[in-house]
Amino acid sequence: MSISDWFKAREARRYTSVEGERSVGAEVPDGVWSKCSSCKRIVYEGQLIENVRVCPHCGHHFDLTAHERVALFADSGSFEEFDAGVGSTDPLGFVAAKPYTESLESARDRSGLPEGIVFGRATVGGHPVVLGAMDFRFIGASMGSAVGEKVARAFELATRERRAVVLSTASGGARMQEGMLSLMQMAKTSAAVRRLAEARLPYIAVLTNPTMGGVTASFAVLADVILSEPGALVGFAGPRVIEQTIKQHLPKGFQSSESLLEHGMIDDVVPRGQLPARVTVLLDYLAGGGEGS
Amino acid sequence: MTKRHVMEFERPLVELESKLEELLRLDLGENPELAAEVAGLVEELDRLRESTYTDLSAWDRVQISRHPERPKSQDYLVSIFTDVIELHGDRTFGDDEAIVAALATIDGRRVAVLGHRKGRNVRENIARNFGMAHPEGFRKAMRVMRLAEKFGLPLVTLIDTPGAFPGIEAEERGQAWAIAESLALLSGLRVPVVAVGIGEGGSGGALAIGFGDRLIMLENSYYSVISPEACASILHKDAGMAADVATCLAMTAEDLVGLGIVDEIVPEPLGGAHRQPDVVFGAVRERVSAALRELAGLDPDSLVAARYDRLRSIGVIEESAG
Repeated sequence: MSISDWFKAREARRYTSVEGERSVGAEVPDGVWSKCSSCKRIVYEGQLIENVRVCPHCGHHFDLTAHERVALFADSGSFEEFDAGVGSTDPLGFVAAKPYTESLESARDRSGLPEGIVFGRATVGGHPVVLGAMDFRFIGASMGSAVGEKVARAFELATRERRAVVLSTASGGARMQEGMLSLMQMAKTSAAVRRLAEARLPYIAVLTNPTMGGVTASFAVLADVILSEPGALVGFAGPRVIEQTIKQHLPKGFQSSESLLEHGMIDDVVPRGQLPARVTVLLDYLAGGGEGS
Repeated sequence: MTKRHVMEFERPLVELESKLEELLRLDLGENPELAAEVAGLVEELDRLRESTYTDLSAWDRVQISRHPERPKSQDYLVSIFTDVIELHGDRTFGDDEAIVAALATIDGRRVAVLGHRKGRNVRENIARNFGMAHPEGFRKAMRVMRLAEKFGLPLVTLIDTPGAFPGIEAEERGQAWAIAESLALLSGLRVPVVAVGIGEGGSGGALAIGFGDRLIMLENSYYSVISPEACASILHKDAGMAADVATCLAMTAEDLVGLGIVDEIVPEPLGGAHRQPDVVFGAVRERVSAALRELAGLDPDSLVAARYDRLRSIGVIEESAG
């Protein structure tokens, strides 16, 4: 199944018997469209699906959910999620503006996920991997105890089962509502990535829009090969924080994946449609041993 | 004499102190009524001093941790270590003065020391960027971590930074990369690592050199995922709510012992470490030495395994079948 086929199938599922009241059938209804947030032109749903949710006019990459992301990379039917039941609690009883428990509840409702990151075993281009993706809809896929724990477990499982790791990131950073427990996840996840590296297993990261703060400054950039999608915002400090600190406007394109490439921080900027093939070739090199096929 | 720095919560105390000082300058010999009043004030002052500096809120402690006269990493280097040899530069870009690196001796034990470095005055603070490191600072730290590992020297780190510097050049030179690599390196370093929170523990920039086999914190230091001001402006759109948010964030030494992140707290003299720095230096030297002694017997494999388990156990989750 090609990626575009998968997206078709996925859309079909979405439009089938939603909550038992609509039954639109297996086809995307004609005339469903949205406006590209970048070029403001009309994009038909069918075109978007065909084009892995990249605007056919301007190339803007729309956000993907974690499961869309997983489907982009996994060989058809190969993804088996693990640790799906790991979720967050409210260890500090954090209430500022609104209670953390409420934020968690609405994030669960909105995303249908227990947390902002999804991991599973899969094959990518035939290579056995641990495949992961973050879901920005879940409190900006920020890293608290649960995200940190899932990342650590995923890298440990990959080390045990001798699998490569392929991980798509998107995150606002550490989750402030869990205070220092969140900050310490940066050290915990970095330690787990180090163990995979010591076992000489490859880790390929795909930084997507946006990847910031404590996630960038821990597991996201510790990969052997770092790819990014066009136009993704990637950095440590947020643009507003920097502007407030230095009291000047930031240059255009600052913290974009293109600028990171120019400064030598990532290996390549790869359009979404080409990512699965690129990751496969990288795995051929890094996970395939020295023998060419 | 320079003007004394007054923290928000000690203002009533300082006002009373200066009132008393004025009275004491008067000749009270011929005025028994005034003398009685002064005696009353002295008593009141004692009570107020006690109540001002006990039961401090998280926000009060944040202010103490930022007190301009609070002892800095440089002061610890000269006070609790001997034979200090400073090392400079990251061998790639420059020498970031916001990080200090040195070889030093503590109670006869040779170690490597890393610290965030704030200045004692404006000139120093400009040179040291108020203790906010650029990537080259963390890369200098990593260079010295590798050096310590290579020659079997335990590592002592002194945490005192508002955070990693948020600026254009810092981002362009890979602030996130430098911090992440430092975390990974430190997590597997094959020598004992003792980290000490002496002032501010601001987020990822603090963590980059701020964890190990033991984490000791001064009573009035803090360690937080985000500054209370930044957190308040995100959640409340009002940095003025920082005092409230500081409590929510559980960022004091006491909070962090409760969360299993910090091992021990070094008590400070009433009012803060700056009141009697020598007492604090003595206590820190003793705790660091004791920790190094405990860790000295462990072989590198068990040391690294224990450090991993220690990190691995941090966090609170719930888990359902699924």
